[in-house]
Amino acid sequence: MHETSSNAAAGTLLGTSRRRRRFWNRTLQGAVPYGLILPVLVVIGVILGYPLYWLVKLSTQRYGLFELIRHQGVGVGLDNYSSVLHDGVFWRTLLRTVVFTAVNVTLTMVIGMLLALLLVRVSTYVRVLLSAGLVLVWSMPVVVAVQVWYWMTNYENGVVNYVLSKLGIGDFYQHDWYATTFSQLSIVTLLIVWGALPFVVITIYAGLAQVPPDLVEAAEVDGARGWRIFLDITLPILRPILLILTSLSIIWDFGVFTQPYLLIGQAKITSGNYLMSIYLFEEGYFKSDFGRGAAISILMLLIVGVLSVAYVRRMVRFGDAP
Amino acid sequence: MSKRRRGRRARQAGWNAVGLAIFVVMVFPVFWMISTAFKSNEQIVSLSPTWFPLHPTLQHFRDAMNKPFFWVDVRNSLIVVCVTVAISIVLAFLAAVALARYGFAGRKLFVVLVIGIQMLPQAGLIIPLYVVLARYHQTNALTGLIITYMTFVLPFCVWTLRGFLLGIPKELEEAAMVDGSTRLGVFIKILLPLMGPGLVATSVFAFITTWNEYIFARVLLNDQSKQTVTVWLSYFLGSSRHTDWGALMAASTLTAIPVVVFFLLVQRRIAFGLTSGAVRG
Repeated sequence: MHETSSNAAAGTLLGTSRRRRRFWNRTLQGAVPYGLILPVLVVIGVILGYPLYWLVKLSTQRYGLFELIRHQGVGVGLDNYSSVLHDGVFWRTLLRTVVFTAVNVTLTMVIGMLLALLLVRVSTYVRVLLSAGLVLVWSMPVVVAVQVWYWMTNYENGVVNYVLSKLGIGDFYQHDWYATTFSQLSIVTLLIVWGALPFVVITIYAGLAQVPPDLVEAAEVDGARGWRIFLDITLPILRPILLILTSLSIIWDFGVFTQPYLLIGQAKITSGNYLMSIYLFEEGYFKSDFGRGAAISILMLLIVGVLSVAYVRRMVRFGDAP
Repeated sequence: MSKRRRGRRARQAGWNAVGLAIFVVMVFPVFWMISTAFKSNEQIVSLSPTWFPLHPTLQHFRDAMNKPFFWVDVRNSLIVVCVTVAISIVLAFLAAVALARYGFAGRKLFVVLVIGIQMLPQAGLIIPLYVVLARYHQTNALTGLIITYMTFVLPFCVWTLRGFLLGIPKELEEAAMVDGSTRLGVFIKILLPLMGPGLVATSVFAFITTWNEYIFARVLLNDQSKQTVTVWLSYFLGSSRHTDWGALMAASTLTAIPVVVFFLLVQRRIAFGLTSGAVRG
């Protein structure tokens, strides 16, 4: 509308060129954000997009070491998928991973919540000490943590067996923690929860600072007790944080690889104690059956994708305010 | 009244005792690693453990450092980490500016991409990355690993830097623009200096994630002379029946030291960056 009304005035050569310059300026301004995100997009597109295309392609091919050297797979349609979906090991692994994830996430969130509430109640010196300890644990590299836990739970002279025996919990002399699948996965769970707690506790504790003290006081004046205050005031305020932490934990624990793979140890990994990532690693990479591995990968990506939708949507809402 | 106060004090002491007990349990593995690393071999294999090595020895550290490929693999880790972080931080900063300062069509899609990629299970990508990199002869080469790491470090850096940028008031830039600065001028004179701490914190965190990464390094690098230090550490146990626990713990300590130091420096800032979004909702 402005164009037409100002057309006459802008009829001069000067006006036109100014207008044209302004047009170009505006177009350039509009292009700035695209220019800024372009490098990241290109890198991600090439390094992630191309392999993802290959992932789909591989999943429909027979692709082993021979094909890898020849650079040429053999198309087999959906055979890889049906082979995986008809494999009892796949379903048992999926079930085991789901249970494993549920246990890990529940333990992490419940203990994390309790520790955060404890942090509020202790004296300052204990709080400082405990937070420092948590940060120290948080900073431990996973591979290092695995080695330390392996040494502590070692059956010959691990300190865990010694302490448990001394405390009178039972006779743990030369007890082998890696003898049964249940025991193996329990130790892995302890290691994962131990490693995940610092992030969860510190985040929930930061969230607890958001609870307005006058609201709690008002509730106390009205005669509310600790448990009610927690349910009706603290929990609703923490809800968004708890939701994000829970979905992050689910996604991480479902795809966990390093801790179980290294702690259980290559020698003791069998199809009887696979978790999803390990199943994929052993069947696809270790046995060099890349086509079948690709099919497993896609199934796993789909599952995690479904799990992530809620989380990503939540985060996008936060990121949308420029 | 005084009875009530005494009751409260007893309860406080109770909570403190619980807090200290939890501190001991949580920190024990770290303590045990360091303690073992300084003990003599007799103390390590003894059935009744020594809690504090009163006569510390450095022998295990010497053994760990003299193990084959330790220094080579430390160097590999440093190369991979530095290159990955340097490239990522520059590219990510540009994209973070776009996200924090501009509204544009497709913005939402980009945010979904940035957050979504961080959620991908890494194991799900080892097969295609291995096959594609093998086709271009980039397996067993540090370049292949650097490229792989960039895909994961970039989104993290974009998202974290965006958080830091949102903390810088827009008005500062607008005032400079009114004073006749160009956008580029504002960027260099105002945004960059203010972002200093954020850039450092993000780089350090990216450094830590890359230094700690295991599965891609394990899959993509085969030669012992090409591996990173985490893979080196994971192979430490080897196949020998009698594990050299002292040297293993010394090696673990050595691997952890740079990470722990860096982490303690920046943890506060990053913890804030991660949660600021969540708390706001």
